[in-house]
Amino acid sequence: MKRIWSIILLVSALAITSTTTSYAQCKNFAKGVCKPQLEPYIHDGIYNATELSEGESAELFKTFYSGQEYRVAICGDPTLPPIEFQILDADRNILFSNKEANFAKVWDFKLEASQQLIISIQVGMNEDKASDQTARGCVAVLIGFLNTDK
Amino acid sequence: MLSLPSPIETAMLIKRAGAKFNEELLNPTSNAANYTSNKSMSIAMGVYGADLSYASIFDQTQTVMKYMATSKKIADALGLLSSIDQNIIKRMESNVNDRDSIIRIISETFMNSNSSLKEDNRPALAALILTGGWIEGLYIATSVTKSSKDKELIERIVDQRLSFNDMTKLLEQNSDNPDCAQVLASLAPVKAAFDAIKVQTSNIVPVTDKDSKITTFKATSKITITEEQFKKLKDETLKLRTAIIK
Repeated sequence: MKRIWSIILLVSALAITSTTTSYAQCKNFAKGVCKPQLEPYIHDGIYNATELSEGESAELFKTFYSGQEYRVAICGDPTLPPIEFQILDADRNILFSNKEANFAKVWDFKLEASQQLIISIQVGMNEDKASDQTARGCVAVLIGFLNTDK
Repeated sequence: MLSLPSPIETAMLIKRAGAKFNEELLNPTSNAANYTSNKSMSIAMGVYGADLSYASIFDQTQTVMKYMATSKKIADALGLLSSIDQNIIKRMESNVNDRDSIIRIISETFMNSNSSLKEDNRPALAALILTGGWIEGLYIATSVTKSSKDKELIERIVDQRLSFNDMTKLLEQNSDNPDCAQVLASLAPVKAAFDAIKVQTSNIVPVTDKDSKITTFKATSKITITEEQFKKLKDETLKLRTAIIK
């Protein structure tokens, strides 16, 4: 019984360490690869980054303010298939999909009324795969705003 | 994933809406010595981050450096050694007249504390930092607004109800932590004050400019707020802020 608990504790510890390590790795990926894409917008300082596999998705909820210009940058590990991202309103109506913009990785927008929007990302599937292995890697969503008050 | 606005963004918005700088609104740096628990230090880190942001947007160089030094002390006490290191202070000193650089450094530094805590498996403290920053931002905005007729500032204040919801969700996610649960409960009067304000928003129509490629989400928003409702929100925010900086 004691051994079972030790194994459970070890597995839990490994899971926590691995989550923490993957966040740290993906944060570095976001910093090095994704952040430069935001220029000349000012990064809001938040590294929304996680590890995803082919076919997996994630969502980011954020309030965007009227009169402010924003840039969203989406970056994925080069081993991953193209990443689709959509901007949805609070009722989940699709306002933008990068599928219609050749899987653009950067998108600029502004709002006439402040809104909470959802940025939904979905990693595509590799169709012509040589092996059965599922690709997995870091995906980051960074947001920048313009300092127009100069 | 939830993403709260950075205090720099909030400060920028209230300045654009017509706010002026008032140093008396800031939490004095002398209060920092009173913060000894993880809870009070995390909240104070957020509060000073918002004060720092407000001062930087108004080019208050000396205040910015003073508040950065105080934030560094708290970050060190919280074990966030890499968040505000000596290099950041030096970078700030050498860019003191370049507001864009200062804004970038503050934005990065403040939010870096948040992600460092997540990396260290201390998400509850990260939530408290963001909450402290959010409360201080609302306190500054409501304090610089004289009446409910101050249309642009009122719009910015009422907008905060949206990120208020994000913040409460973040605290709920960490409500097994007694400090987060306590702070969450203390937000109820501010929530009630926000809920009393009527806001009608139309559907969004996205329109993309062919030349600039910038998409505009066209929509209208109508805020109905009475002087009493504004006063209630202002008073409840003041009470909350007074409690967290004690």
